[in-house]
Amino acid sequence: MNTGDTAWVLVSAALVMLMTPGLAFFYGGMVRAKSVLNMLMMSFIALAVVTVLWVLYGYSLAFGDDVGGGLVGGGEFAGLKGLVGGLFGAAPSDPAQPWTGHQIPHLVFVVFQLMFAVITAALISGAIADRAKFWAWTLFIAVWVTIVYFPVAHWVFDFDGATGVDFVGGWIANKLGALDFAGGTAVHINAGAAGLALALVLGKRKGWPREPMRPHNLPFVILGAGLLWFGWYGFNAGSALVAGDLAGVAFITTTAATAAAVLGWLVVEQVRDGRPTTLGAASGAVAGLVAITPACGYVSPLGALAIGLVAGGLCALAVGLKYKLGFDDSLDVVGVHLVGGLVGTLMIGLFATTSVNAAGKDGLFYGGGLGLLGKQAVAAFAVLGYSFVLTLVIGFLIQKTIGFRVSADAERAGIDEAEHAESAYEFSGLRGGGSSLGRSADVLAGKIAAGAGKEG
Amino acid sequence: MKLVTAIIKPFTLDDVKAALEQLGVLGMTVSEVQGYGRQKGHTEVYRGAEYSVDFVPKIRVEVLTDDPDKVVGAIADAARTGKIGDGKVWVTPVETVLRVRTGERGTDAI
Repeated sequence: MNTGDTAWVLVSAALVMLMTPGLAFFYGGMVRAKSVLNMLMMSFIALAVVTVLWVLYGYSLAFGDDVGGGLVGGGEFAGLKGLVGGLFGAAPSDPAQPWTGHQIPHLVFVVFQLMFAVITAALISGAIADRAKFWAWTLFIAVWVTIVYFPVAHWVFDFDGATGVDFVGGWIANKLGALDFAGGTAVHINAGAAGLALALVLGKRKGWPREPMRPHNLPFVILGAGLLWFGWYGFNAGSALVAGDLAGVAFITTTAATAAAVLGWLVVEQVRDGRPTTLGAASGAVAGLVAITPACGYVSPLGALAIGLVAGGLCALAVGLKYKLGFDDSLDVVGVHLVGGLVGTLMIGLFATTSVNAAGKDGLFYGGGLGLLGKQAVAAFAVLGYSFVLTLVIGFLIQKTIGFRVSADAERAGIDEAEHAESAYEFSGLRGGGSSLGRSADVLAGKIAAGAGKEG
Repeated sequence: MKLVTAIIKPFTLDDVKAALEQLGVLGMTVSEVQGYGRQKGHTEVYRGAEYSVDFVPKIRVEVLTDDPDKVVGAIADAARTGKIGDGKVWVTPVETVLRVRTGERGTDAI
């Protein structure tokens, strides 16, 4: 076991964990004051549900030995039994050599990958802000990670030889040979396509797009974007699984792409709307982080600048599509994660270079021809199609059985009160729906009636 | 007895308060309000989607007085910037005023 690598991956797991509360604030600031708690909860509950399933069977479905065709892992790791003392990592390139492992404990890899599953589910929530029943959303997460995320993570992240010479992984990583360093396909295209499907199943919010639904707290959005950026170093540089050169490459490319994407988004806003906005800066950062995720261990810092600039500019334009096409992807999961994920995954086909990572490939601009671009496209659209179709099915089944959407009255009054019996801001009587004075008076009245009876 | 109500720009409140104190006005009620007149609102843009914000934040100042002309003049002078949106001042008759603590009525209660 290499203690340096182990320490870095443990820290990275904690960094990626922080992304989910960060995402909660990024999303929470963008909704109206009457639904911010529900928005935070939609992310927070993912930490609970996905973790339980990951221990029970999720890790095994994603990272177990392939059951056939590279589609899903087997059940040998269910309950995480017997993993203490095991090592995780790539087998030696020469099969004749004894397998020595990657030198990090298997359970460290388990917890690192858990955080990816959590945030992928949470990402989807932005598409259906303000209108989903809490328990329906919770059930959705449980079913969705089981039949969409766990298999797709197996396709993309589970490498042949990971825990033994005979170990077989997923089809995208091994048979197809597409490159996805930290989850452009499995995380972002996956969540983006699912977000689009759920936005279609649940339908538009009451009054959208006629009524203004302005973000209620842009400082939260910037705070969330900052936490996401910080945590993303665990996501991307941690995916190197070593505390070494490759982590350094991923760290600088992640930073470079994000910086360029902020500028790309703001320039589009300045030209189109006449002002650079706070929301635009935060959104640009996330678009850049999304796009560099699959590419961060395979491109040069200059390539990362190009990917970030394209992602920032293109996503800034893509968030307008929902108004033209008429679907209420409330917080632009499609415009940022699906489009950003596609930009990064496909641009690997142009900018990948073996000069930064010998285990990678050369893209079109580095003499590798069009072959890699084709593989990237197959991986991207396979995940997109699988996630979109299955999410539609899961969404419709939940809608037809327990109901996915809150009542029109509950939506008008605010989902925080309707679903959680809370309101976020004590001082926001008008916007939050119901003043604190009225509520405490009711509680008092109830106690008096139940106790000594009415006085005076 | 009259009630003088003024809708003014928020940043002029300190000047208005000082001017009224100089007149010897002993009390006032101030509230944050929103509304629009000729000034109308403004436009905000979120991820490329334009929202027109019709209601502009203003301050409402209410003063009870027996000398409304002086009070109206002092408020208007202090609140005037010469730009659109400076607000309005109006005077309404008041039938009676009661000081809750002492039970005094009329001018004594101001």
